Amino acid sequence: MHRTKVKIVEEALDANNTIARANRDDFDRAGVTVVNFMSAPGAGKTSLLERVVGSLPGVRVGVLEGDVQGSLDADRLASLHVPVTQLNTDPGFGGECHLDANMVRSALGDLPLGEIDLLVIENVGNLVCPAEFRVGEDCRVMVSSVTEGEDKPLKYPLMFRTCDLVLVNKVDLLPHLDYDLDKFLSNLDQVHPDVERMLVSARTGEGIDAWRAWLTSVAAREGALA
Amino acid sequence: MHELSLSGAIVKTVEKHAEGRRVTVVRLRVGSLRQVVPDTLAFSFQFVARGTVCEGARLEQELVRASLRCNDCAHEWTIEIPAFRCPACGTSDVAVASGDELLVESIEVEEAECIAPR
Repeated sequence: MHRTKVKIVEEALDANNTIARANRDDFDRAGVTVVNFMSAPGAGKTSLLERVVGSLPGVRVGVLEGDVQGSLDADRLASLHVPVTQLNTDPGFGGECHLDANMVRSALGDLPLGEIDLLVIENVGNLVCPAEFRVGEDCRVMVSSVTEGEDKPLKYPLMFRTCDLVLVNKVDLLPHLDYDLDKFLSNLDQVHPDVERMLVSARTGEGIDAWRAWLTSVAAREGALA
Repeated sequence: MHELSLSGAIVKTVEKHAEGRRVTVVRLRVGSLRQVVPDTLAFSFQFVARGTVCEGARLEQELVRASLRCNDCAHEWTIEIPAFRCPACGTSDVAVASGDELLVESIEVEEAECIAPR
């Protein structure tokens, strides 16, 4: 028995990225724009989707709902009469804390790609791992709610750095909190200068028109490219 | 916590190149922007490696400092904290030159002295 050195020089996430590109090709062929929607647990992803999925002008939307367990969020969204596909990371995936390209690939057959223009993939609530794993998305949207504190961009830079839009949710609570919005925005600008951001409240509806318009324009833009 | 997911990705990458041979060392280059805690990665790697060719392998991690390059004025600098604006010209159009990698550089495998033709 002897030892041999094997040179590799390969990104550990290359395997995931390759599958993500295959997913993206399939989505492109079907003319579907894909948004990877991420946040910490409880930031309001599902509530922000509930506000808009039924009312996107001229855009047929579907949702892929990623959760460790259960279908609570999927049930909420299905009541709005949009196609919702549940993807649990528990059975077969060992209760993963994020979606990866392979899990999304396994759900492709269940998605009505021919009947939708926009697919929103609601990732598992987590600010760390989902940022590492591309799933085949065209763009990434994250929610950061004001109850999480203004230091989050500095603590989770990869998530904040790799997204195309930041929704600052629960702004209706600002009068009751010590949260310093300017401080948050300056932290955000340090990690991801000039990233698009919107102040929203899923509860009161503040900023929801802008969020709806953003999703609509992304679907139109990517659809035109496909 | 993401060290566990990353360990899974590392083991999969190594398995592809080990071709069934037992792995004794895995050498990794880890960019500081990946926010990996070395001890946690070593621990989770050991755990994830069980039952694979990587079981018992030593994980050697080389930390790579983050450096950025300005796409406007070509200024290059290293960063200790996540700050992505050019200190020279103020633009946000900057590229990560290093610090983003999670690179499996090489492995050491055990080889039988006499290999039957495949």
